[in-house]
Amino acid sequence: MPTWSWIVVVLLALLLLGGIWIYNRLVKLRARVNNGWSQIDVQLRRRYDLIPNLVTTVQGYATHERELFEHVTEARSRAIDANAVPDQAQAENQITRGIRQLFAVAENYPDLKANQNFLALQEELTGTESKIAFARQFYNDQAMLLNTLIGSFPSNVVAKAFGFGPREFFDIEDPVRAPSQVEFPR
Amino acid sequence: MYEQIAANKRKTVLLIFGAIVLLGAVGYVLGLWAGSGIYGLVGAVALAVVLSLGSFFGGDRLVLASTRAREVSQQEQPRLHNIVEGLSIAAGIPKPRVYVIPEQAPNAFATGRNPEHSSVAVTEGLLATMNRVELEGVIGHELSHVVDRDILVGTVVATLVGAVVLISEFFMRSWWWGGFRGRRGGDSGGGGAEAIVFAIGLVLLVLAPIIGQIVRFAVSRQREFLADAQGALLTRYPPGLASALRKIGAASGIPMRSANNATAHLWLSQPSRIQGEGMGPLEKLFSTHPPIEERIRRLEEM
Repeated sequence: MPTWSWIVVVLLALLLLGGIWIYNRLVKLRARVNNGWSQIDVQLRRRYDLIPNLVTTVQGYATHERELFEHVTEARSRAIDANAVPDQAQAENQITRGIRQLFAVAENYPDLKANQNFLALQEELTGTESKIAFARQFYNDQAMLLNTLIGSFPSNVVAKAFGFGPREFFDIEDPVRAPSQVEFPR
Repeated sequence: MYEQIAANKRKTVLLIFGAIVLLGAVGYVLGLWAGSGIYGLVGAVALAVVLSLGSFFGGDRLVLASTRAREVSQQEQPRLHNIVEGLSIAAGIPKPRVYVIPEQAPNAFATGRNPEHSSVAVTEGLLATMNRVELEGVIGHELSHVVDRDILVGTVVATLVGAVVLISEFFMRSWWWGGFRGRRGGDSGGGGAEAIVFAIGLVLLVLAPIIGQIVRFAVSRQREFLADAQGALLTRYPPGLASALRKIGAASGIPMRSANNATAHLWLSQPSRIQGEGMGPLEKLFSTHPPIEERIRRLEEM
């Protein structure tokens, strides 16, 4: 075989190797994005499960806050029924704000604040809220890496050939950091 | 980050190889003295291999046991568990096992060989003094060590150094108290045994500064800054860790009974064994942490 054909063979092999490398990276990132999404899902479900508990517990003490209870319960069912990502994100934000209001209301009821059940629920919900935030952070970070890879050359060629599409970011509010969280009992 | 992981794996291989060569050499010399260099060499290399395998697979358990750490359940420590789980999600690693150490000084460390086999341990003092954001800062720092495989190097160093320190102390003391000769009585070659014991102790004593240097090479100060930065990237809130470090700095007078030179480099901040006293010459030798003020300053600049 003449020299030029060897060069062609080597170039083709390099091209193939590069393609495989990009493909594997795409698959890995897609798996991470999917894993991130299911983590968000797990934590959101955990919060749906905790809300009725919280409402019942607070209701026992704060009988005058009916409007707030209904508001939170309604936001919860809307979030569960939501199909599109933006709809769900909006409903989740309402839940977050509603729960925060419930905790603020609880400040006015010393008996409630001393209730062991309420304290445990408060820790669970605060923990779940931060886990949602961390899961979203991970998901968005990985989605950004994937989208960048899909959008840039030469990986966009491989992405197109194997049907890798960009992923939507999940935008929800950040949990409140200092100072309100500092006041929470440990 | 990936270079960091690769570098740490390389260092671990180098460390284990170094330990085998070092112990092999010592064994050979001692063997020559006792009559057979080959037996000494084989024995010491076998010991080194066992030590290395042990530190790789069981080092985390050894380190945890040496600090009397106790695994806690979700029910016992809901806040700690929630924070560890949340930050593991953020870091994209499986949730490590959670331990609490019965010490009043606020401090923490992580150990294990990879993210799938890792543990995070915090002291009771840390749980008592830190609020949620500060605890998040501390755990974020520790999980960064897990992600970067610093825990692998750190744990292997801890067990190898721990073994050497233990052996040298054992030999030095048995020479000092003449225990060996006393027990052996009129055994043949009793004097020779004493000389060997003394020699081993002396060799290890001379090796101590070298080992200190090795620890510094393996566990550079730079990685503490790196873990601070990476931890802040996980929590997205640098003031949390800064505030935690300030509290730890303020509580530096509280001694830690379970701290020792072999595990000092693993902790979040350099532990002190003696109340009120600064670092002794030997502690300074094993000092692997940058000053706490410098770490706080860098976090505040982020």
